[in-house]
Amino acid sequence: MAKLNVNPTRMELRRLKNRLKTAVRGHKLLKDKSDEMVRRFMLYIRENKRLREEVEGELQTSLSSFMLARAASSDAVIEEAVAMPATSVKLSVSSKNIMSVDVPVFDIVEGEVSELYPYSFAGVTSELDSSIASLSKLMPKLLKLAEVEKTCNMLADEIEKNRRRVNALEYVMIPQLEETIKYITMKLDENERGATTRLMKVKSMLEERKDGDK
Amino acid sequence: MSMREGSIAVVGDKDSVLAFKALGVDVYPVDNEEEAKERVHMLARTHSVIFVTEQVAKWAAMYLKRYSARPYPVVVPIPSASGSAGLGLAGIKANVEKAIGADILFDKEDK
Repeated sequence: MAKLNVNPTRMELRRLKNRLKTAVRGHKLLKDKSDEMVRRFMLYIRENKRLREEVEGELQTSLSSFMLARAASSDAVIEEAVAMPATSVKLSVSSKNIMSVDVPVFDIVEGEVSELYPYSFAGVTSELDSSIASLSKLMPKLLKLAEVEKTCNMLADEIEKNRRRVNALEYVMIPQLEETIKYITMKLDENERGATTRLMKVKSMLEERKDGDK
Repeated sequence: MSMREGSIAVVGDKDSVLAFKALGVDVYPVDNEEEAKERVHMLARTHSVIFVTEQVAKWAAMYLKRYSARPYPVVVPIPSASGSAGLGLAGIKANVEKAIGADILFDKEDK
């Protein structure tokens, strides 16, 4: 692992030691965050899978009965039948914060539900009634799916990003800092030894000269 | 907390989306790639939840990717009248793999 390009001075050493302390603490925090996010993610993804399977099955049924209804009447009749919906689905949307990820939340705001079927029963077949009834029952589930799936998407993204950060700290930043600190410590020790040896040498040279003078 | 117009839209081939119209949802039939992209792009500004058929999801994949990083709009692929190609479940699988590193949800059932 490459060491950082710094001057081997005491000041630099102190600075690096502080950086290492911060990096280690940051690494621990991010790792904890990652663990918690994965735990939350697991809860959501299970629900996501269950909802998706249910919705896909039920939607299939309603849509195919709608197809049957279309086959039974002419296009114009069907289009006219659904052209002026009697109900409306509106949402109140907001967002909530899961582990510092903004995820969407919505509640269904009921419109004025006067009548689910916006057409006269005389004009169309009963397949249309049943398909629209089942579809409208499915709507809350569809919206729940939308909410949960988006949450999962965003959590998965965030988990991946966070993992990159953890890995960068664990495998790049921290080893680099440790290496550099070791290098500076060794260099400083070496200097100190050099200085001691020089002093001893000078002392012995002085003593020799003193002996020679006598 | 951001507030936004809480409208719902459905985009897809006519067979699949017409039924939603009776529920009071905004319905936009499209039948080619250009239309799909343009429609999804426009709806992203005005609607919070957009249901798209799997075909439309494939056509407008570029936009869907862009929206995936922010809370709204929520774009959800749904199966069309002619059946599901498994795009929705594939998305869940991809999420699991991205987050955990291995597929632990679907593994059990395959074996």
